[in-house]
Amino acid sequence: MAGRSGCSWSPSIGDTVSTLFDALAAAIGTERPATLAEVVEGPEELLGRKLVLLAGNPPEVLGTLGDEDLDRVVTRDVEGALAAGSTVTRHYGRHGEARGREVSVFIESFAPPPRMVIFGAVDFTAALARVAKILGYRVTVCDARPVFATRARFPMADEVVVSWPDRYLAEVGEQLGWRDAVCVLTHDPKFDVPAIVAALATRVGYLGVMGSRRTHHDRLARLREAGVGEEELSRLMSPIGLDIGACTPEETAVSICAEIIARRSGSQAPSLRDREGPIHRKAMLAREPT
Amino acid sequence: MSGTGTRMLRAEKDEKGVEVKEVLEDIQRWRSEGKRVALARVVGVEGSGPRLPGATMVVSEAGEVAGSVSGGCVEGAVVSEALEVLASDGPPRMCTFGYSDAEAFAVGLTCGGTLRVFVEPLDW
Repeated sequence: MAGRSGCSWSPSIGDTVSTLFDALAAAIGTERPATLAEVVEGPEELLGRKLVLLAGNPPEVLGTLGDEDLDRVVTRDVEGALAAGSTVTRHYGRHGEARGREVSVFIESFAPPPRMVIFGAVDFTAALARVAKILGYRVTVCDARPVFATRARFPMADEVVVSWPDRYLAEVGEQLGWRDAVCVLTHDPKFDVPAIVAALATRVGYLGVMGSRRTHHDRLARLREAGVGEEELSRLMSPIGLDIGACTPEETAVSICAEIIARRSGSQAPSLRDREGPIHRKAMLAREPT
Repeated sequence: MSGTGTRMLRAEKDEKGVEVKEVLEDIQRWRSEGKRVALARVVGVEGSGPRLPGATMVVSEAGEVAGSVSGGCVEGAVVSEALEVLASDGPPRMCTFGYSDAEAFAVGLTCGGTLRVFVEPLDW
Protein backbone atom coordinates (compact mmCIF):
# COMPACT_ATOMS: atom_id res chain seq x y z
CA MET A 1 0.00 0.00 0.00
CA ALA A 2 2.47 2.53 1.21
CA GLY A 3 5.07 2.02 -1.51
CA ARG A 4 6.66 5.42 -1.92
CA SER A 5 9.86 4.69 -3.73
CA GLY A 6 10.20 5.57 -7.38
CA CYS A 7 10.38 1.97 -8.51
CA SER A 8 6.86 1.12 -7.37
CA TRP A 9 5.62 3.62 -9.95
CA SER A 10 6.99 1.95 -13.02
CA PRO A 11 4.56 0.15 -15.29
CA SER A 12 4.36 -3.60 -15.00
CA ILE A 13 7.36 -5.47 -16.28
CA GLY A 14 7.03 -8.59 -18.38
CA ASP A 15 3.74 -10.38 -18.09
CA THR A 16 3.14 -9.78 -14.39
CA VAL A 17 0.90 -7.00 -13.13
CA SER A 18 2.87 -5.20 -10.46
CA THR A 19 0.31 -3.00 -8.74
CA LEU A 20 -3.39 -2.64 -8.06
CA PHE A 21 -3.45 0.40 -10.34
CA ASP A 22 -1.80 -1.54 -13.18
CA ALA A 23 -4.45 -4.25 -12.82
CA LEU A 24 -7.21 -1.66 -12.88
CA ALA A 25 -5.67 0.21 -15.82
CA ALA A 26 -5.28 -3.04 -17.76
CA ALA A 27 -8.95 -3.89 -17.14
CA ILE A 28 -10.11 -0.42 -18.22
CA GLY A 29 -7.85 -0.59 -21.27
CA THR A 30 -9.31 -3.92 -22.38
CA GLU A 31 -12.88 -2.93 -21.43
CA ARG A 32 -13.11 -5.67 -18.83
CA PRO A 33 -15.67 -4.34 -16.34
CA ALA A 34 -14.00 -3.42 -13.06
CA THR A 35 -15.00 -1.74 -9.83
CA LEU A 36 -12.70 0.11 -7.45
CA ALA A 37 -13.68 0.55 -3.79
CA GLU A 38 -11.64 2.97 -1.71
CA VAL A 39 -11.88 4.25 1.85
CA VAL A 40 -12.21 8.02 1.41
CA GLU A 41 -13.20 8.89 4.97
CA GLY A 42 -12.56 7.08 8.23
CA PRO A 43 -9.71 6.12 10.56
CA GLU A 44 -6.38 7.37 9.21
CA GLU A 45 -4.92 3.87 8.95
CA LEU A 46 -7.72 2.87 6.55
CA LEU A 47 -7.73 6.04 4.45
CA GLY A 48 -6.91 5.27 0.82
CA ARG A 49 -7.15 1.50 1.27
CA LYS A 50 -8.58 -0.21 -1.79
CA LEU A 51 -10.33 -3.25 -3.15
CA VAL A 52 -10.57 -3.92 -6.88
CA LEU A 53 -13.04 -6.38 -8.40
CA LEU A 54 -12.51 -7.50 -11.97
CA ALA A 55 -15.46 -9.02 -13.84
CA GLY A 56 -15.43 -12.80 -14.10
CA ASN A 57 -17.29 -15.77 -12.79
CA PRO A 58 -16.55 -15.47 -9.94
CA PRO A 59 -15.10 -11.93 -10.02
CA GLU A 60 -11.41 -11.55 -9.24
CA VAL A 61 -10.79 -9.67 -5.96
CA LEU A 62 -7.56 -7.71 -5.49
CA GLY A 63 -6.36 -5.60 -2.57
CA THR A 64 -7.79 -5.17 0.90
CA LEU A 65 -9.38 -2.47 3.03
CA GLY A 66 -7.29 -3.65 5.94
CA ASP A 67 -10.01 -5.46 7.87
CA GLU A 68 -11.29 -8.93 7.09
CA ASP A 69 -14.88 -8.26 8.14
CA LEU A 70 -15.00 -4.92 6.35
CA ASP A 71 -13.60 -6.58 3.22
CA ARG A 72 -16.31 -9.23 3.27
CA VAL A 73 -19.20 -6.76 3.59
CA VAL A 74 -17.79 -4.27 1.09
CA THR A 75 -16.96 -7.00 -1.44
CA ARG A 76 -20.63 -7.97 -1.50
CA ASP A 77 -21.65 -4.37 -2.25
CA VAL A 78 -18.88 -4.02 -4.83
CA GLU A 79 -20.11 -7.14 -6.62
CA GLY A 80 -23.53 -5.49 -6.93
CA ALA A 81 -21.99 -2.27 -8.25
CA LEU A 82 -19.86 -4.21 -10.73
CA ALA A 83 -22.93 -6.00 -12.11
CA ALA A 84 -24.91 -2.77 -12.47
CA GLY A 85 -21.96 -0.64 -13.61
CA SER A 86 -22.91 1.81 -10.85
CA THR A 87 -20.94 4.34 -8.82
CA VAL A 88 -21.92 5.08 -5.22
CA THR A 89 -20.58 6.04 -1.80
CA ARG A 90 -21.44 3.68 1.07
CA HIS A 91 -20.92 3.96 4.81
CA TYR A 92 -19.96 1.18 7.20
CA GLY A 93 -18.87 0.59 10.76
CA ARG A 94 -15.18 0.03 11.47
CA HIS A 95 -15.65 -3.71 10.83
CA GLY A 96 -18.35 -3.47 8.18
CA GLU A 97 -21.32 -3.01 10.50
CA ALA A 98 -24.30 -2.05 8.34
CA ARG A 99 -25.46 0.73 10.63
CA GLY A 100 -22.07 2.25 11.26
CA ARG A 101 -20.77 5.38 9.57
CA GLU A 102 -17.14 5.48 10.67
CA VAL A 103 -15.91 4.40 7.26
CA SER A 104 -16.99 5.92 3.91
CA VAL A 105 -16.16 3.85 0.86
CA PHE A 106 -16.31 5.32 -2.65
CA ILE A 107 -17.27 2.54 -5.05
CA GLU A 108 -16.64 3.38 -8.70
CA SER A 109 -17.42 1.14 -11.63
CA PHE A 110 -15.47 1.30 -14.84
CA ALA A 111 -17.88 -0.21 -17.29
CA PRO A 112 -17.40 -0.41 -21.03
CA PRO A 113 -19.32 2.21 -23.02
CA PRO A 114 -23.06 1.64 -23.41
CA ARG A 115 -24.10 0.13 -26.70
CA MET A 116 -26.53 1.30 -29.33
CA VAL A 117 -27.66 -1.21 -31.91
CA ILE A 118 -29.37 0.38 -34.91
CA PHE A 119 -31.35 -1.90 -37.19
CA GLY A 120 -31.82 -0.60 -40.71
CA ALA A 121 -29.11 0.96 -42.87
CA VAL A 122 -31.19 3.99 -43.89
CA ASP A 123 -30.45 7.70 -44.16
CA PHE A 124 -31.57 8.33 -40.57
CA THR A 125 -29.09 5.71 -39.39
CA ALA A 126 -25.98 7.69 -40.23
CA ALA A 127 -27.24 10.75 -38.36
CA LEU A 128 -28.28 8.70 -35.34
CA ALA A 129 -24.93 6.90 -35.28
CA ARG A 130 -23.15 10.28 -35.30
CA VAL A 131 -25.15 11.72 -32.42
CA ALA A 132 -24.88 8.47 -30.43
CA LYS A 133 -21.09 8.60 -30.84
CA ILE A 134 -21.07 12.09 -29.34
CA LEU A 135 -22.91 10.66 -26.32
CA GLY A 136 -20.31 7.92 -25.90
CA TYR A 137 -22.17 4.92 -27.29
CA ARG A 138 -20.50 2.05 -29.04
CA VAL A 139 -22.62 1.95 -32.16
CA THR A 140 -23.50 -1.09 -34.25
CA VAL A 141 -25.41 -0.75 -37.53
CA CYS A 142 -27.12 -3.95 -38.60
CA ASP A 143 -29.04 -4.64 -41.80
CA ALA A 144 -29.63 -7.83 -43.78
CA ARG A 145 -28.93 -6.12 -47.10
CA PRO A 146 -25.19 -6.17 -47.96
CA VAL A 147 -25.64 -3.38 -50.53
CA PHE A 148 -26.71 -0.93 -47.82
CA ALA A 149 -24.88 -2.19 -44.74
CA THR A 150 -21.39 -1.06 -45.72
CA ARG A 151 -18.56 0.60 -43.83
CA ALA A 152 -18.38 3.23 -46.55
CA ARG A 153 -21.90 4.39 -45.74
CA PHE A 154 -21.42 4.30 -41.97
CA PRO A 155 -17.81 5.19 -41.26
CA MET A 156 -18.84 6.67 -37.89
CA ALA A 157 -20.21 3.35 -36.61
CA ASP A 158 -17.99 1.10 -34.53
CA GLU A 159 -19.37 -1.92 -36.29
CA VAL A 160 -21.42 -2.59 -39.42
CA VAL A 161 -23.03 -6.01 -39.48
CA VAL A 162 -24.77 -7.72 -42.38
CA SER A 163 -27.29 -9.97 -40.72
CA TRP A 164 -30.96 -10.37 -39.98
CA PRO A 165 -31.73 -8.40 -36.79
CA ASP A 166 -33.15 -11.38 -34.92
CA ARG A 167 -30.12 -13.50 -35.81
CA TYR A 168 -27.78 -10.75 -34.67
CA LEU A 169 -29.65 -10.35 -31.38
CA ALA A 170 -29.56 -14.11 -30.84
CA GLU A 171 -25.77 -13.66 -30.80
CA VAL A 172 -25.35 -10.49 -28.73
CA GLY A 173 -28.72 -9.93 -27.02
CA GLU A 174 -27.49 -11.51 -23.81
CA GLN A 175 -24.90 -8.71 -23.45
CA LEU A 176 -27.45 -5.88 -23.65
CA GLY A 177 -28.52 -4.23 -20.38
CA TRP A 178 -30.31 -1.21 -18.99
CA ARG A 179 -27.64 1.24 -20.22
CA ASP A 180 -27.94 0.06 -23.81
CA ALA A 181 -30.30 1.02 -26.62
CA VAL A 182 -31.84 -0.71 -29.61
CA CYS A 183 -33.27 1.51 -32.34
CA VAL A 184 -35.28 -0.14 -35.09
CA LEU A 185 -35.29 2.11 -38.15
CA THR A 186 -36.05 -0.54 -40.77
CA HIS A 187 -39.61 0.60 -41.62
CA ASP A 188 -40.29 -2.82 -43.05
CA PRO A 189 -42.51 -5.35 -41.25
CA LYS A 190 -40.47 -8.20 -42.70
CA PHE A 191 -37.46 -6.95 -40.71
CA ASP A 192 -38.89 -4.97 -37.82
CA VAL A 193 -41.35 -7.46 -36.35
CA PRO A 194 -38.69 -10.16 -35.82
CA ALA A 195 -36.22 -7.45 -34.68
CA ILE A 196 -38.65 -6.13 -32.05
CA VAL A 197 -39.59 -9.61 -30.84
CA ALA A 198 -35.89 -10.46 -30.45
CA ALA A 199 -35.12 -7.13 -28.75
CA LEU A 200 -37.97 -7.64 -26.27
CA ALA A 201 -36.29 -10.87 -25.22
CA THR A 202 -33.25 -8.86 -24.04
CA ARG A 203 -32.86 -6.63 -20.99
CA VAL A 204 -32.06 -3.60 -23.18
CA GLY A 205 -32.98 -0.36 -21.42
CA TYR A 206 -34.30 1.54 -24.43
CA LEU A 207 -36.15 0.09 -27.38
CA GLY A 208 -37.28 2.64 -29.95
CA VAL A 209 -39.02 1.93 -33.23
CA MET A 210 -39.36 4.38 -36.10
CA GLY A 211 -42.49 4.90 -38.14
CA SER A 212 -45.56 7.06 -38.52
CA ARG A 213 -48.46 6.64 -36.11
CA ARG A 214 -50.23 4.58 -38.75
CA THR A 215 -47.20 2.33 -39.26
CA HIS A 216 -47.00 2.04 -35.49
CA HIS A 217 -50.59 0.85 -35.21
CA ASP A 218 -50.17 -1.66 -38.03
CA ARG A 219 -47.02 -2.90 -36.37
CA LEU A 220 -48.70 -3.28 -32.99
CA ALA A 221 -51.30 -5.52 -34.64
CA ARG A 222 -48.57 -7.64 -36.24
CA LEU A 223 -46.71 -7.91 -32.95
CA ARG A 224 -49.85 -9.02 -31.14
CA GLU A 225 -50.37 -11.61 -33.87
CA ALA A 226 -46.83 -12.76 -33.21
CA GLY A 227 -47.82 -13.35 -29.59
CA VAL A 228 -46.30 -10.27 -27.94
CA GLY A 229 -48.16 -9.31 -24.74
CA GLU A 230 -49.32 -5.82 -23.72
CA GLU A 231 -46.73 -5.47 -20.98
CA GLU A 232 -43.94 -6.15 -23.45
CA LEU A 233 -45.48 -3.75 -25.98
CA SER A 234 -45.39 -1.01 -23.34
CA ARG A 235 -41.57 -1.17 -23.49
CA LEU A 236 -41.63 0.09 -27.08
CA MET A 237 -40.88 3.77 -27.61
CA SER A 238 -42.83 4.05 -30.83
CA PRO A 239 -43.09 6.29 -32.72
CA ILE A 240 -39.49 6.85 -31.72
CA GLY A 241 -38.20 10.13 -30.26
CA LEU A 242 -39.23 13.22 -28.31
CA ASP A 243 -41.84 15.56 -29.73
CA ILE A 244 -39.54 18.44 -30.68
CA GLY A 245 -40.75 18.86 -34.23
CA ALA A 246 -37.75 17.11 -35.76
CA CYS A 247 -37.75 16.79 -39.57
CA THR A 248 -34.30 16.03 -40.91
CA PRO A 249 -32.34 12.87 -40.10
CA GLU A 250 -30.05 14.96 -37.87
CA GLU A 251 -32.94 16.54 -35.94
CA THR A 252 -34.56 13.14 -35.59
CA ALA A 253 -31.30 11.74 -34.22
CA VAL A 254 -31.27 14.48 -31.57
CA SER A 255 -34.90 13.74 -30.74
CA ILE A 256 -34.15 10.02 -30.33
CA CYS A 257 -31.06 10.56 -28.20
CA ALA A 258 -32.89 13.14 -26.08
CA GLU A 259 -35.62 10.57 -25.49
CA ILE A 260 -33.05 7.99 -24.41
CA ILE A 261 -31.59 10.45 -21.89
CA ALA A 262 -35.05 11.41 -20.64
CA ARG A 263 -36.12 7.78 -20.18
CA ARG A 264 -32.96 6.96 -18.30
CA SER A 265 -33.27 9.99 -16.03
CA GLY A 266 -37.02 9.54 -15.52
CA SER A 267 -37.67 13.04 -16.86
CA GLN A 268 -40.87 14.12 -18.58
CA ALA A 269 -38.57 16.24 -20.73
CA PRO A 270 -40.26 19.63 -20.58
CA SER A 271 -38.25 22.73 -21.43
CA LEU A 272 -35.95 23.97 -18.69
CA ARG A 273 -37.68 27.36 -18.86
CA ASP A 274 -41.03 25.88 -17.95
CA ARG A 275 -39.98 24.19 -14.75
CA GLU A 276 -38.13 24.78 -11.51
CA GLY A 277 -35.50 22.79 -9.68
CA PRO A 278 -31.89 21.89 -10.33
CA ILE A 279 -30.60 21.67 -13.90
CA HIS A 280 -28.20 18.82 -13.09
CA ARG A 281 -30.36 16.03 -11.77
CA LYS A 282 -29.47 13.18 -9.48
CA ALA A 283 -31.18 10.71 -11.76
CA MET A 284 -28.54 11.40 -14.38
CA LEU A 285 -25.86 9.91 -12.18
CA ALA A 286 -24.60 6.63 -13.55
CA ARG A 287 -27.04 4.57 -11.59
CA GLU A 288 -29.64 2.01 -12.53
CA PRO A 289 -33.16 3.40 -12.19
CA THR A 290 -35.16 1.49 -9.59
CA MET B 1 -8.95 15.93 8.43
CA SER B 2 -6.15 17.89 6.78
CA GLY B 3 -6.98 19.74 3.61
CA THR B 4 -10.69 19.95 4.29
CA GLY B 5 -12.11 23.37 3.77
CA THR B 6 -14.81 25.31 2.02
CA ARG B 7 -13.64 27.54 -0.77
CA MET B 8 -15.18 29.94 -3.21
CA LEU B 9 -13.66 30.09 -6.63
CA ARG B 10 -14.73 31.48 -9.93
CA ALA B 11 -16.11 29.17 -12.60
CA GLU B 12 -14.29 29.66 -15.87
CA LYS B 13 -15.78 27.02 -18.10
CA ASP B 14 -18.17 24.16 -17.95
CA GLU B 15 -17.14 21.00 -19.69
CA LYS B 16 -17.80 17.32 -19.21
CA GLY B 17 -15.86 15.56 -16.50
CA VAL B 18 -12.88 13.46 -17.44
CA GLU B 19 -12.74 9.84 -16.35
CA VAL B 20 -9.78 7.76 -15.25
CA LYS B 21 -9.51 6.01 -18.61
CA GLU B 22 -8.85 9.29 -20.38
CA VAL B 23 -5.78 10.07 -18.28
CA LEU B 24 -4.21 6.59 -18.28
CA GLU B 25 -1.76 7.53 -21.03
CA ASP B 26 -0.60 10.61 -19.16
CA ILE B 27 -0.11 8.56 -15.99
CA GLN B 28 1.89 5.92 -17.86
CA ARG B 29 4.06 8.57 -19.51
CA TRP B 30 4.82 10.43 -16.30
CA ARG B 31 5.52 7.21 -14.46
CA SER B 32 7.87 6.05 -17.21
CA GLU B 33 9.69 9.37 -16.79
CA GLY B 34 10.12 8.51 -13.10
CA LYS B 35 7.76 11.22 -11.90
CA ARG B 36 5.46 10.75 -8.96
CA VAL B 37 1.77 11.33 -9.64
CA ALA B 38 -1.21 12.41 -7.54
CA LEU B 39 -4.76 11.34 -8.35
CA ALA B 40 -7.77 13.55 -7.59
CA ARG B 41 -11.25 12.10 -8.03
CA VAL B 42 -14.70 13.59 -7.45
CA VAL B 43 -16.27 11.26 -4.87
CA GLY B 44 -19.29 13.32 -3.95
CA VAL B 45 -21.59 15.86 -5.59
CA GLU B 46 -24.39 17.41 -3.59
CA GLY B 47 -26.95 19.82 -4.92
CA SER B 48 -26.56 21.14 -8.42
CA GLY B 49 -23.18 20.49 -9.96
CA PRO B 50 -21.97 19.76 -13.43
CA ARG B 51 -19.68 16.90 -12.39
CA LEU B 52 -20.46 13.29 -11.77
CA PRO B 53 -18.61 11.21 -9.19
CA GLY B 54 -15.54 9.66 -10.79
CA ALA B 55 -14.42 12.79 -12.66
CA THR B 56 -10.64 12.61 -12.48
CA MET B 57 -7.59 14.86 -12.58
CA VAL B 58 -3.98 13.73 -12.31
CA VAL B 59 -1.01 15.92 -11.40
CA SER B 60 2.66 15.00 -11.78
CA GLU B 61 5.22 16.18 -9.26
CA ALA B 62 6.56 18.45 -12.02
CA GLY B 63 3.20 20.23 -12.03
CA GLU B 64 1.82 18.76 -15.23
CA VAL B 65 -1.95 18.33 -15.20
CA ALA B 66 -4.33 16.08 -17.13
CA GLY B 67 -8.06 15.64 -16.78
CA SER B 68 -10.55 17.75 -14.92
CA VAL B 69 -12.67 17.60 -11.79
CA SER B 70 -14.82 20.67 -12.07
CA GLY B 71 -14.73 22.42 -15.39
CA GLY B 72 -12.56 25.17 -14.03
CA CYS B 73 -14.07 26.37 -10.80
CA VAL B 74 -11.85 24.43 -8.40
CA GLU B 75 -9.09 23.12 -10.66
CA GLY B 76 -6.41 25.44 -9.34
CA ALA B 77 -7.11 24.54 -5.73
CA VAL B 78 -7.09 20.82 -6.51
CA VAL B 79 -3.71 21.11 -8.25
CA SER B 80 -2.29 22.83 -5.15
CA GLU B 81 -3.68 20.10 -2.90
CA ALA B 82 -2.23 17.41 -5.17
CA LEU B 83 1.23 19.00 -5.21
CA GLU B 84 1.09 19.32 -1.42
CA VAL B 85 0.22 15.66 -1.02
CA LEU B 86 3.19 14.73 -3.22
CA ALA B 87 5.63 17.18 -1.62
CA SER B 88 4.76 16.19 1.94
CA ASP B 89 4.64 12.48 1.13
CA GLY B 90 1.46 12.77 3.15
CA PRO B 91 -1.69 10.68 3.46
CA PRO B 92 -4.65 11.01 1.10
CA ARG B 93 -6.97 13.90 1.86
CA MET B 94 -10.57 14.83 1.23
CA CYS B 95 -11.17 18.36 -0.08
CA THR B 96 -14.63 19.82 0.11
CA PHE B 97 -15.64 22.73 -2.09
CA GLY B 98 -18.97 24.26 -1.30
CA TYR B 99 -21.11 27.05 -2.61
CA SER B 100 -24.36 28.49 -1.48
CA ASP B 101 -26.69 29.55 -4.28
CA ALA B 102 -26.63 33.21 -3.21
CA GLU B 103 -22.83 33.29 -3.03
CA ALA B 104 -22.61 31.41 -6.28
CA PHE B 105 -24.42 34.17 -8.09
CA ALA B 106 -22.21 36.75 -6.44
CA VAL B 107 -19.07 35.27 -7.98
CA GLY B 108 -20.65 34.12 -11.23
CA LEU B 109 -20.64 30.38 -10.58
CA THR B 110 -22.90 28.33 -12.81
CA CYS B 111 -23.70 25.82 -10.11
CA GLY B 112 -24.62 25.64 -6.46
CA GLY B 113 -23.91 22.59 -4.36
CA THR B 114 -20.87 20.88 -2.92
CA LEU B 115 -18.04 19.05 -4.61
CA ARG B 116 -15.96 16.54 -2.67
CA VAL B 117 -12.60 15.62 -4.15
CA PHE B 118 -10.36 12.85 -2.80
CA VAL B 119 -6.67 13.56 -3.45
CA GLU B 120 -4.06 10.83 -3.03
CA PRO B 121 -0.60 9.85 -4.18
CA LEU B 122 -0.82 7.29 -6.99
CA ASP B 123 1.48 4.85 -5.24
CA TRP B 124 -0.73 1.79 -5.41
